[in-house]
Amino acid sequence: MTMLDQNSPRHLVLEAGRADRQYWPDLWRYRELFFILAWRDVAVRYKQTVIGLAWAFVRPFLTMVVFTVVFGKIAKLPAEGSAPYAVMVFAGLLPWMLFASVLSDASTSIVGSANLISKVYFPRLIVPLATVLVALIDFLVSLFILAGLMLWYGVVPGWQILLLPVFVLLALLCSIGPALWAAAVLVKYRDFRFIIPFVTQIGLYISPVGFSGKIVPEQWQFVYSLNPMVGIIDGFRWCILGGANPIYGSGFALSLGIIAVLLLWGIHSFRRTERAFADMI
Amino acid sequence: MSDVIIRAEKLGKKFQIGHQTARQENFREAMIRGPRNLLRSAVDLLNGRSVIAGDVIEEFWALRDVDFEIKRGEAVGIIGRNGAGKTTLLKILSRITEPTEGRVDISGRVASLLEVGTGFHPELSGRENIFLNGAILGMTRAEVRRRFDEIVDFSGVEKFIDTPVKRYSVGMYARLAFAVAAHLEAEILVIDEVLAVGDSEFQARCLDRMSKVANAGRTVLFVSHNLAAITALTRRALVFAGGHLHFDGPIETAVAHYAATLSKSGDVRNWGQGQNATLISAALLDAEGRPTERYEPGRPLCVQVVIETVGMPGMSLELLLRDELNLPLAYYTSAVFSQVSLPSKPGRYECRLSLQPYYLASGEYCFDLKTTYTNVHDDHRVDNALRFVVDNCSPDGVAYDFKQGAGRGVFAMKLEKPLQFSMLPPSDGQAAAGQGAAAPETD
Repeated sequence: MTMLDQNSPRHLVLEAGRADRQYWPDLWRYRELFFILAWRDVAVRYKQTVIGLAWAFVRPFLTMVVFTVVFGKIAKLPAEGSAPYAVMVFAGLLPWMLFASVLSDASTSIVGSANLISKVYFPRLIVPLATVLVALIDFLVSLFILAGLMLWYGVVPGWQILLLPVFVLLALLCSIGPALWAAAVLVKYRDFRFIIPFVTQIGLYISPVGFSGKIVPEQWQFVYSLNPMVGIIDGFRWCILGGANPIYGSGFALSLGIIAVLLLWGIHSFRRTERAFADMI
Repeated sequence: MSDVIIRAEKLGKKFQIGHQTARQENFREAMIRGPRNLLRSAVDLLNGRSVIAGDVIEEFWALRDVDFEIKRGEAVGIIGRNGAGKTTLLKILSRITEPTEGRVDISGRVASLLEVGTGFHPELSGRENIFLNGAILGMTRAEVRRRFDEIVDFSGVEKFIDTPVKRYSVGMYARLAFAVAAHLEAEILVIDEVLAVGDSEFQARCLDRMSKVANAGRTVLFVSHNLAAITALTRRALVFAGGHLHFDGPIETAVAHYAATLSKSGDVRNWGQGQNATLISAALLDAEGRPTERYEPGRPLCVQVVIETVGMPGMSLELLLRDELNLPLAYYTSAVFSQVSLPSKPGRYECRLSLQPYYLASGEYCFDLKTTYTNVHDDHRVDNALRFVVDNCSPDGVAYDFKQGAGRGVFAMKLEKPLQFSMLPPSDGQAAAGQGAAAPETD
């Protein structure tokens, strides 16, 4: 019998439940696909639109105006410290929009790439992660609007601004976990296509986006921190606006714990169902 | 260089299909069943199991007990009817889906091409799509850049390389897509029926390219219904039937086995005997005169029939073309239409009928064959003697798959002259039409 070179680095065994060993090296090998998928989404997004890239500015800007008018002017909720209400709203809106767009785009990404999944092999994790990169690019564009607003109102950030990347990373990690889980179950249960927009809509109002987290009474802060976005949005605002340290110790630790659990759970369930995507999609 | 590069052992793939039992149920039953199914789904969801719609779940083995070895540098054809398990095998080898049982050992990089143009984005230009498609097929950007000129050259669309591909013709699109795939660098190339696109000149170029790849010492697995292409490219073939490996060996023997699996699946297989003239076998031939299972609309419909006759004069050969629903579509009788009877010298004859081109819709068709005496008495009759498939119908070179099953008929209508519109003067339009209709009466 002729020999099969079992020790070759390219040697591959395909067996039920055994695609795992190669997975993480493969993820690295396919990193270019990750960038190119993200690039494709960005390149295609504003084709055949009249104002093109300006949409990236218009959307968050209008949301900010509406929130400022509704919460600040009509409901007359207090701003944080001396900051203008518009800047405060925008500083909360940015991490929230990052979270919401990752959740909604990444969760539908697998079903949206059905043609790829059923015809080509690559680590499926690349597809949702590429949409995360796209959301991050949108986020960076919005940061420019924030900078413009701060100039307009003359808000000067303190040293805390240097910690901003930490909270951006936390917002990403916080969204990736649920998004991966949703992407995996969406392949089987298209119900989640209807659930996700609902979650992001409700989440917008129960997270301190249009108002300051400080208006929640002290005794409820811990419970409020069960929503991991609370700590992230508060921290994000603190980086931009300065002021007293808003990080509510045990509450923030709880948020971090929840983020970690969601992330591991998301990756775990995605990896477990991923092998069968092509059969179910 | 005779080491094994792919080895499959006891390979199997099972699918579960859900059926909805078509049972009438009353409202109360539905009310009870709803929550019960919901509960079952919820339990499955939490356990991460897949939920199958329908209340009867059936298991189905798309592939079972498949063993084979493929050596480095070998070109192997994979043939079988639709649903024989070929595509499932390719999907397992290219890691799109995992086997349910058994294992495959592969030592080398696999590039698989189950479809041309996977991931092409209509809004992006040809240039951008080359990079996108290359990355999807597993090429690095450096690799694509190195071969970029070659790819563009092969595709022959250099003039439109910066035009969005949504403006491409079907042929240009297919050429560009195949060009990218043809330049993949991998030890093992797995190719599904991808040559069904493009014009014949381009198909010839693709075949040429693939034989180059195969001769360059790379391992090629090639699925096709085009037996001519398989025979030209490979020396060995695996024949699949009903999810099992039916035959593994030299291509010529494989083609014969394939023909056997084809005829086995027909309804009447014991052809029996006629009194005076016996039908022995029948086959559809392609342009090169090789047996095929596919008919390409617009080409002459070539049928080869082998008949044994005792020399009785006045015998006629008759053909009846039927569609998927077994409705008769067309009829031919040699004695009347061609005024040719079967030879009067006893012996076994091969008869080739080259029928005028039809523009048949995609679908399955079959021929019933008959020998008759004076067109009245059936001598030997074989229903379903010859089955064939039409993949898609393109009367004027544009592959538009209008489906027979969608109620659009069995044939495409082809114009004899180009379509013309002559504008009529706005007010006189009706009058002119009226006059036209009235003309025969005044005549």
